[in-house]
Amino acid sequence: MATLHTVNKSPFATKALQSCLAHARDGDVILMIEDGVYGATAGTDLADVLAGHSALKIYVLEPDLQARGLDTGRLLDGVSTVDYAGFVDLAATTDRTMAWL
Amino acid sequence: MKFGVVVSEGPYTHQASDTAYHFVVSALEAGHEVPRVFFYHDGVNVGTRLSVPPQDERNIQAQWTDLAARHKIDLVVCIAAAQRRGILDENEATRQGKDANNIAEGFRISGLGQLIEMGIQTDRLLMFGD
Amino acid sequence: MSEDVKKFLYVNRKAPYGTIYALESLEVVLIGAAFDQDVSLAFLDDGVFQLTRGQDTTGIGMKNFSPTFRALGDYDVTKLYVERESLEERGLSADDLQEIMYEDEDDDWAEKPSIRIVSRAEMADIFAEQDVVLSF
Repeated sequence: MATLHTVNKSPFATKALQSCLAHARDGDVILMIEDGVYGATAGTDLADVLAGHSALKIYVLEPDLQARGLDTGRLLDGVSTVDYAGFVDLAATTDRTMAWL
Repeated sequence: MKFGVVVSEGPYTHQASDTAYHFVVSALEAGHEVPRVFFYHDGVNVGTRLSVPPQDERNIQAQWTDLAARHKIDLVVCIAAAQRRGILDENEATRQGKDANNIAEGFRISGLGQLIEMGIQTDRLLMFGD
Repeated sequence: MSEDVKKFLYVNRKAPYGTIYALESLEVVLIGAAFDQDVSLAFLDDGVFQLTRGQDTTGIGMKNFSPTFRALGDYDVTKLYVERESLEERGLSADDLQEIMYEDEDDDWAEKPSIRIVSRAEMADIFAEQDVVLSF
């Protein structure tokens, strides 16, 4: 009974990602979209935000990543990319979706 | 699978309505159903036919109108949120004594009950906002 | 569970007045109450500020909608989950919140508090029980 959490805020602007991570349960899926994709990049002051969350599946929406000039090589370990079709699949294969607006 | 979609942020200022649009297009391509999209908060502003974006930019309202026509999607603008923000159809304009209406083709104004009903009747509900 | 009854959760994570989300969330809750679904409200992060006592909006010219929370019991909306950690992070405790009561028809109409303070872990469990999550 997994939840798909969508996060669309930069973790440098709001605590949506941190709050989402604090409420996600093992096996849940997190998808970073829009400005949320900045939360998936390595080499930042917040790069350890995902540490200790290996029981979650973390995805980033690739069109949003590309739009912002971020290469997939910049992603934190353990983060995978999906396109919009993959987003749809994640929503269909989880039991509910929760937006961290 | 049936998806219900909520757009709760205005067009152009925020990416929410764009992301929702791409999600719905992909869901339909994958063979899912999207019977209704509900526009709430500033999202109701997507439903005005009077926006005139520059020619080299996407026209968000036109994208939704076109998609809805091709896939029979019910585009519902929340009446309470719409009245606050000046989105009116012909009936509402008359009822409120206003001299014009601005609802775009393919959109209709209705109550919040349509949002709850969408939550009941679809398998998954997705919200796109700020 | 009847096929027609779903568990709806309204998630409130934003403070009132600075933006309209809290007010328009409450409007959905009031309309949604007519649909006889299993409704809960969650207040976490800045959403806990929605429930504080003593709100007075005269000086900003906006409608004070905080009394409406006290009417939710009349609409059979009786589960208001408030996250303890979110309160504590903001220097608040349950005493800073309005008293919101409902009459329990299954218990001889006894008056009971609608606000239930829960831990972050309990809030996560509440999220995981839902069919429909609406975020405001």
